[in-house]
Amino acid sequence: MTATQIPSPRSKDTSGKIAPEYRRTGSSRGNFEMLAWLFMRLSGVVLVVLIFGHLFVNLLVGEGIHAIDFGFVAGKWADPFWQFWDLAMLWLAMLHGTNGVRTIINDYAEKDSTRFWLKMVLYAATAVIIILGTLVIFTFNPCPVVDGVQLPGGFCPA
Amino acid sequence: MPTKPAGTLYRGREGMWSWVGHRITGVVIFFFLLVHVLDTSLVRVSPEAYTAVIGAYKNPLMALGETGLVAAIVFHAFNGLRIIAVDFWKKGAKYQRQMLWAVLGLWIVTMVAFSIRHLSLALGGH
Repeated sequence: MTATQIPSPRSKDTSGKIAPEYRRTGSSRGNFEMLAWLFMRLSGVVLVVLIFGHLFVNLLVGEGIHAIDFGFVAGKWADPFWQFWDLAMLWLAMLHGTNGVRTIINDYAEKDSTRFWLKMVLYAATAVIIILGTLVIFTFNPCPVVDGVQLPGGFCPA
Repeated sequence: MPTKPAGTLYRGREGMWSWVGHRITGVVIFFFLLVHVLDTSLVRVSPEAYTAVIGAYKNPLMALGETGLVAAIVFHAFNGLRIIAVDFWKKGAKYQRQMLWAVLGLWIVTMVAFSIRHLSLALGGH
């Protein structure tokens, strides 16, 4: 007795024909929207920790907001821990916020061209802010010198 | 796409209003974030430019603004965790209403504590 072989639904069978593949969207977008949905949840949890920590350290400890000046930032970014904390916060918050605003644009802008241009403006702003912020964190100089002269207010070694 | 939908799917109550609150606080936080990265970037211009601009945050009106911003962030954070629970916890959808009241309760407790500490620091002395 030989058993009849029935290929499983989504496999490529051996007869040379390709089994029909199940596609939910039928478009070329793949599962981008599902990944975006998942990203919102994962980044959201991390951002709660990063932002609550940021607010606690900057506003509630010691003198609070009065302590914030150039020296305060220089002191934090002298430590790679806070550089990467702020870098992670920048990237995750910007991508999380951009995806949120993208959703809102898709919901409320009905004209195709309006939707397209609003999103282009959004993505341009996001790119500028992420690149600027990243450069600032990594090229920060606590003791800036212009033409051999130290700028006032800097955090210079004696 | 119909421009005038017949009837509405919006059902009101806790589910819809928490969604509305989540959207509004999200947009507010996003625009603050853009400004906040720009003001922090001034550390790369000069120490004086940064300290001058950050000084604009240190007045009583801004102290209230900061408290409002933190209120938006804390609501968005707690309600975001509620959304995750609704999506991933088996009983999340069943208890979404109770979870919203928990979110609002925790939000009030957090904001009372934050406001006392921040406003006494920001408004007191210096």
